[in-house]
Amino acid sequence: MKILVAVKRVVDFNVKVRVKADQSGVDLANVKMSMNPFDEIAIEEAVRLKEAGIATEVVVISAGPTQCQETLRTALAIGADRAILAETDAELQPLAVAKILKAVCEKEQPQLLIMGKQAIDDDSNQTGQMAAALLGWPQATFASKLTVANGEATVIREVDGGLETIALTLPAVVTTDLRLNEPRYATLPNIMKAKKKPLDVQPVAAMGIDVAPRLKTLKVTEPPKRSGGIKVADVAALVAKLKNEAKVI
Amino acid sequence: MTALVIAEHDNQSLKAATLNTVTAALACSSEVDVLVVGNAAEAVAQAAAQITGVRKVILVEADFLADQLSEPVAEQIVVLAAAYEHVLAPSTAHGKNVMPRVAAKLDVAQLTDIIKVVSTDTFERPIYAGSAIATVQTADAKKVITVRTTGFNPAAATGGAGAVEKQAAQAGAGKSRFVSRELTKSDRPELTAAKIIVSGGRGLGSGENFKKVLEPLADKLNAAIGASRAAVDAGFVTNDYQVGQTGKIVAPQLYIAVGISGAIQHLAGMKDSKVIVAINKDPDAPIFEVADYGLVGDLFEAVPELVKAL
Ligand SMILES: Cc1cc2nc3c(=O)[nH]c(=O)nc-3n(C[C@H](O)[C@H](O)[C@H](O)COP(=O)(O)OP(=O)(O)OC[C@H]3O[C@@H](n4cnc5c(N)ncnc54)[C@H](O)[C@@H]3O)c2cc1C
Ligand SMILES: Nc1ncnc2c1ncn2[C@@H]1O[C@H](COP(=O)(O)O)[C@@H](O)[C@H]1O
Repeated sequence: MKILVAVKRVVDFNVKVRVKADQSGVDLANVKMSMNPFDEIAIEEAVRLKEAGIATEVVVISAGPTQCQETLRTALAIGADRAILAETDAELQPLAVAKILKAVCEKEQPQLLIMGKQAIDDDSNQTGQMAAALLGWPQATFASKLTVANGEATVIREVDGGLETIALTLPAVVTTDLRLNEPRYATLPNIMKAKKKPLDVQPVAAMGIDVAPRLKTLKVTEPPKRSGGIKVADVAALVAKLKNEAKVI
Repeated sequence: MTALVIAEHDNQSLKAATLNTVTAALACSSEVDVLVVGNAAEAVAQAAAQITGVRKVILVEADFLADQLSEPVAEQIVVLAAAYEHVLAPSTAHGKNVMPRVAAKLDVAQLTDIIKVVSTDTFERPIYAGSAIATVQTADAKKVITVRTTGFNPAAATGGAGAVEKQAAQAGAGKSRFVSRELTKSDRPELTAAKIIVSGGRGLGSGENFKKVLEPLADKLNAAIGASRAAVDAGFVTNDYQVGQTGKIVAPQLYIAVGISGAIQHLAGMKDSKVIVAINKDPDAPIFEVADYGLVGDLFEAVPELVKAL
């Protein structure tokens, strides 16, 4: 069984992003970029399925500019076998990425497409569900446990009231939640090995897919700031403030 | 054109998130219908028909819709969407699961987590864990939207007189199968609807301390209990307690953060609360930057003292 994993290059989760003064976006100059944390979890899960003898090959794909090759090399160092870069400098929105993933799935014929539930830059939480819809595949979003057996994926999902278990007929899409696993660190020997693994660059322009953005960002602004609060000396002072000033208890 | 709101429910009761979504829908269009997809969900449809501002309720029932799996639910919405310009669902686990599927089938973009309707095609939504607010305009004729409930006041649950119209379900159970559900049972208010939330972090140290230290405070205040991701990861409480960028987004009247450092991902889920209290032994913890009232001290002393003083 082949598994395809989608990985996105995003601003590192530790970076405090700043809105540009001209409101055209956030400042990305000289900002540390990393793999989307949910996608690290997706690769880890795929690699574990391979180590368990359930998957035979793990292919990673990223769509975006040439710098995504770094992200793909990280995925190869974690244990993916080969990588595909769908290369474009154009802005890609979730629907466009889903169309690219559909095209790649049709060519590669994986049994599972595993990806993050949400990219921490656009916070869209859409691409996996969209890819599943376009492919006509079932989906299990927000996975915290994945078992594959007998042509089915059984997934425990994190839902609002607790957990839900569903079974999907393969091929299927699974999107990861934070508790699915704890991704390993890539070791130096594996980072060296990853440099020699195949990385196939395919221009998006040659795929015949309409990736034009549907959403136009008119402006990006700072969220309203909370006015600075105070420190209270003790519990009695806190209770007095909550009762008399804030009037919330 | 009209707007369609996808009701959040469990076949028995209509969830409050639907009310905030109706308010967002009314900002898009004066004609708002509600769709209830489920099984034996007549009571839900009747409740939805009472919401002020709702024109009519469409009820689609089938046994294969009972568990609201994404594939068959999306099928129902896609077909009905033909008659609407805006299709909105609350940004709950269910809404997020289904709406991108609907959008892709309709070949339109989806707008996630809107917090404001600027005009019928322009919306505000947070990005980068709420570090920035984007104003986005869609070029698509049909707008498929999930609504961040904390951005909109709830519509009045009563006062409306919508009609309930039953429609036949589209065939197709899909390729997923429901196996089981394990819901957390609690007598406390629901996290996303609570007026007061008491939230615990890694500082609590154990699940036992959550019970021993936080629960009495929550009991006193009739509060819901929340948690940071670190607390959930450490197994102190289950995942449905998590507040934050990738957990629940809450905005209660009062949010009391106990032993939580205030990582940006946590703040993303609670910084719109009306009043924030932080109890932390580290005077430099970032949570104090958003707290209206900060108390520097050991939570194991401060919280029991607070319980006594209330
Ligand atoms: C992709 C991604 C998504 C994430 N999503 C979320 C999310 O949705 N929600 C979320 O919460 N986090 C999320 N996180 C994790 C987040 O980055 C932080 O790691 C987490 O919020 C920290 O939790 P904490 O404040 O409980 O723990 P810590 O940061 O360890 O803080 C514990 C605090 O307790 C205090 N303390 C300890 N003992 C005591 C005592 N006896 N008395 C008083 N104070 C005490 C300490 O001073 C400290 O400030 C996410 C991370 C990533 C990478
Ligand atoms: N440009 C991209 N290249 C590869 N995968 C992507 C890309 N954009 C999004 N994804 C995948 O889709 C998931 C959800 O992203 P989003 O829908 O943008 O929140 C991410 O965690 C990735 O797995």
